[in-house]
Amino acid sequence: MITFVIRRLFATVFLLIVVSAITFAIFFIIPRLAGQNTYQLATEYVGRNPTRQAVLQIEAQLGLDHPLWVQYGNFLKGIVLGTHYNAGTNTAYCPPPCFGYSFRTQQPVWPQMVSDLPVTLSLAIGAAIIWLVSGVSIGIISALKRGTLFDRFSMSVALVGVSLPIFFTGLISLELFSYKWPIFPNVTFVPFSTNPLLWARNLVLPWLCLSFLYAALYARLTRAGMLETMSEDYIRTARSKGLPERTVIFKHGLRAALTPIVTIFGMDLGLLLGGAIITEVTFSLHGLGLFTVEAVQNQDLPEILGVTLLAAFFIVIANLVVDILYAVLDPRVKY
Amino acid sequence: MPQTLLEVEDLRIHFPTEDGLVKAVDGVSFSLERGRTLGIVGESGSGKSVTSMGIMGLNQGSKAQISGHIRLDGEELVGAQPGRVRALRGDKMAMIFQDPLSSLHPYYKVGDQIIEAFRVHNDVSKKVARKHAIDLLGRVGIPQPEVRVDDYPHQFSGGMRQRAMIAMALSCDPGLLIADEPTTALDVTVQAQILDLISDLQSEFGSAVIMITHDLGVVAELSDDILVMYAGRAAEYGSAAEIFGRPGHPYTWGLLASMPRLDRERTSRLVPIPGTPPSLIRVPSGCPFHPRCRYTELVGGQRCETEVPALREVVTPGHAAACHLTAEERTRQWAELSADKIPDDATAATEGPEAREPA
Amino acid sequence: MTEQIQTPPAPEAGPDRAPSGDVLLEVTDLVRHFPITRGVVFRRKVGAVQAVDGINLTVLRGQTLGLVGESGCGKTTTGRLLVRLDEPTSGRIVIDGRDVTHLRQGKMRPLRREIQMIFQDPYSSLNPRHTVGAIVGAPFRLQKVAPSGGVRRSVQELLELVGLNPEHYNRYPYEFSGGQRQRIGIARTLALRPKLIVADEPVSALDVSIQAQVINLLEDLQNELGLTYVVIAHDLSVVRHISDNVAVMYLGKIVEVAGRDQLYAKPRHPYTVALLSAVPVPEPLSSATGQRERRQRIRLEGDVPSPMRPPSACRFHTRCWKAQQICRTQEPPLAELIPGHQVACHFPENTPQVSESSPEGAPQPA
Repeated sequence: MITFVIRRLFATVFLLIVVSAITFAIFFIIPRLAGQNTYQLATEYVGRNPTRQAVLQIEAQLGLDHPLWVQYGNFLKGIVLGTHYNAGTNTAYCPPPCFGYSFRTQQPVWPQMVSDLPVTLSLAIGAAIIWLVSGVSIGIISALKRGTLFDRFSMSVALVGVSLPIFFTGLISLELFSYKWPIFPNVTFVPFSTNPLLWARNLVLPWLCLSFLYAALYARLTRAGMLETMSEDYIRTARSKGLPERTVIFKHGLRAALTPIVTIFGMDLGLLLGGAIITEVTFSLHGLGLFTVEAVQNQDLPEILGVTLLAAFFIVIANLVVDILYAVLDPRVKY
Repeated sequence: MPQTLLEVEDLRIHFPTEDGLVKAVDGVSFSLERGRTLGIVGESGSGKSVTSMGIMGLNQGSKAQISGHIRLDGEELVGAQPGRVRALRGDKMAMIFQDPLSSLHPYYKVGDQIIEAFRVHNDVSKKVARKHAIDLLGRVGIPQPEVRVDDYPHQFSGGMRQRAMIAMALSCDPGLLIADEPTTALDVTVQAQILDLISDLQSEFGSAVIMITHDLGVVAELSDDILVMYAGRAAEYGSAAEIFGRPGHPYTWGLLASMPRLDRERTSRLVPIPGTPPSLIRVPSGCPFHPRCRYTELVGGQRCETEVPALREVVTPGHAAACHLTAEERTRQWAELSADKIPDDATAATEGPEAREPA
Repeated sequence: MTEQIQTPPAPEAGPDRAPSGDVLLEVTDLVRHFPITRGVVFRRKVGAVQAVDGINLTVLRGQTLGLVGESGCGKTTTGRLLVRLDEPTSGRIVIDGRDVTHLRQGKMRPLRREIQMIFQDPYSSLNPRHTVGAIVGAPFRLQKVAPSGGVRRSVQELLELVGLNPEHYNRYPYEFSGGQRQRIGIARTLALRPKLIVADEPVSALDVSIQAQVINLLEDLQNELGLTYVVIAHDLSVVRHISDNVAVMYLGKIVEVAGRDQLYAKPRHPYTVALLSAVPVPEPLSSATGQRERRQRIRLEGDVPSPMRPPSACRFHTRCWKAQQICRTQEPPLAELIPGHQVACHFPENTPQVSESSPEGAPQPA
């Protein structure tokens, strides 16, 4: 098992390097292949209304005239060790991980992302717990009470949940529960350390909207998984041993049905950590998602670069955790 | 201790479905004494598995309509409290299934599954239960049981897995062991080992065994008495010697004649039973076997189509068949068949009458 | 060095077909190893599953060869190799004079008219979305054959041939029973009148009362159409009924080949002896007092070894009651001790000249 984990860790590191190379290629090589020269490329990095001087400065800063592999090396070095910018009169040290300087703020990108991270984390993890618990429970009950009113009703609601986009449910819930009936007025992010109660209260609406979508999905998945598992032969064996039905359902049935769900959960959470974009935009919560949207709107390449790599990192790590988890949960997996 | 362990009387198990009422078991009766083996023989759709599931109470929770009587050691199971039946399951009656790979939970160690079976009925510590599990694994012939108790089902071979399942079933020393096609999924040399094992364990534990199978060779090996089922009903019931020596039902004749056998001279042609097993929703009227039976003419008067034959004694006491043929006719036909005199229409490769309506 | 098998003519008993004498299928030193690899990026071979490890077969036109063995013996893999659903690691397969061993799929396609397979599971081998007519007619379309009278007419004739109602042309497989579905599969197999049919467990998924129907059908078709069969099965009684010659496989090797009657009456390889004695016989064991006796049989200990690590020399030596030192060190060749009967054993059973074995052969019963 240990060797398995170590092998997967190596593979993860390798994967991260590949991701960084691809990102680097997208931002620095492909434009060159498309015919841009270093000056034009540097223009992209100056943001709106580039002055010639700014562009030249950036060009030198980024070292765009160096050979590509040197550039890549510097790029990686910046992420790991930080970058010293020596261009003209400006010297600056951008601490690792360094994705460059935002055009907008002229500040290093990373600290800005770090300040937005708690919002996304609170949103994602909170919603994840809600959707996992509610979705799986409803799925189990629906599977056990297949064909009954509860089952049909909950699956219809689930269908609605899967079909309605978050900006729709978000705006409706804001209109109803924030403006019309001020149950949750003023949905802004309050850090947990400042005021836990208010932190939770302000997040209820975004949590519910985000979870509604995923809970619906997980309810359907759990139901399908449970139905399949409960018709397996080993459930019949468990019953024939005289086990209480509860033990049969949870220890034997759910345990087997949950394995694929847990792995999907890992992936979903990993994706969300990179920014629950639509939810954050709808509720004006300044997390990584909103950060991304603004970066794109401002054509702020260093910010885009930073958020791309961070999101990729989360997904790769999520993959690793999911693989290990699967090997732990299913003893048949050979490692 | 009274000898009769299990008494089944006029058992009926019907399932309402969208297409109609499936009469999976429709009036089956038999009894079983301690230390004896009953073989239930039938093909798919005969109701043999449903009968055993009914005895174990495993049909509860589904929409099954169960009537009749099942008395285990004098206690009535039909209509009993589900909690009571559950307490008996695994403890006084246990079951082993056809495919040991899918019948054991893939995520739990074999030892843990045996321990679980033991601890649900006995209030002992995990340590004691574990020792018991190791002991059981050894008794069913698994080498190095103290090591293998911590293995997962997929780490066992097919034969070993079935042995483990037998160990699990015997963990509470049940009086009744039901084996549902226990060797169908196994190689023939492994099958022989398992059949010997079941026989040995039966002597050791003194249990009554119900062996459900479609293989007449297996049933001959192990059974004292045999119940032949067709379309949810009993076709014939008697001791193994009687059933094989003087079978009294055309279906049994058909089964025996259609099987290639290693212990006989090779016949040039098999004598199949024409047609296909009937639908359990639209069971043929009268005798359910009549659409496929060659001897309805001999009975005459459309009797086989209209009148359900009762299970009545053939010649020997204790040997009964559900057929309208007279005793003399029966003896004569069987004599002809066993002399390898093949009926005229028998050897055609056609299907014979469509015994069921197309879906 | 293994000798080539001279298959004897079919035995006298029963209305057997007289073979037309020439060799339809010849298999020489057929090997199929499945490599086992490890490693994520650089896959290295750490071993191989030796599924089929050097077998020789000869089948004359119009005859039936039965291939028996238990799980892991390689018979199913052999069947797939014969039909070229898989490519051998080494060896030769010659069908009707043509070497088909390494033919590319393109070259193989026209030959598929002549070599066909009947599959085991009638429930999964028919596409549930196609009508019966489409299923049975598919070979004509795929091979671009236009029979006189049209495809539909030929399909209906085929359905009649296998005992089905030709008016069921437009039905779907789910409307049929297991036995009927197997017949549909057989009709499909016969569409282009193949010369060689490999039947992989053709009746084991069927009810007992239906098995006899399908077995009779296969025999009738063979007589009518002059087919040659290779039947792969684990049911020894079925194999005895339909085969002219039988080959017994164990862990990728053929351990015994003989005419049907010889093999079943006087098996010589200890494995064959054990196999035959293990088959439960439908004869009750109750004595007069009603007490059940135990059948005397040879009990093999343990399970079949893994084909990844087969035992050295004679592969059966780990479970054989007569194993001696030579069995562990020298692999016995498949030798013809008696005309028409080949055995791969240093101490075969039932052989007069070998002093070790008594005529009763078997050890004390278990």
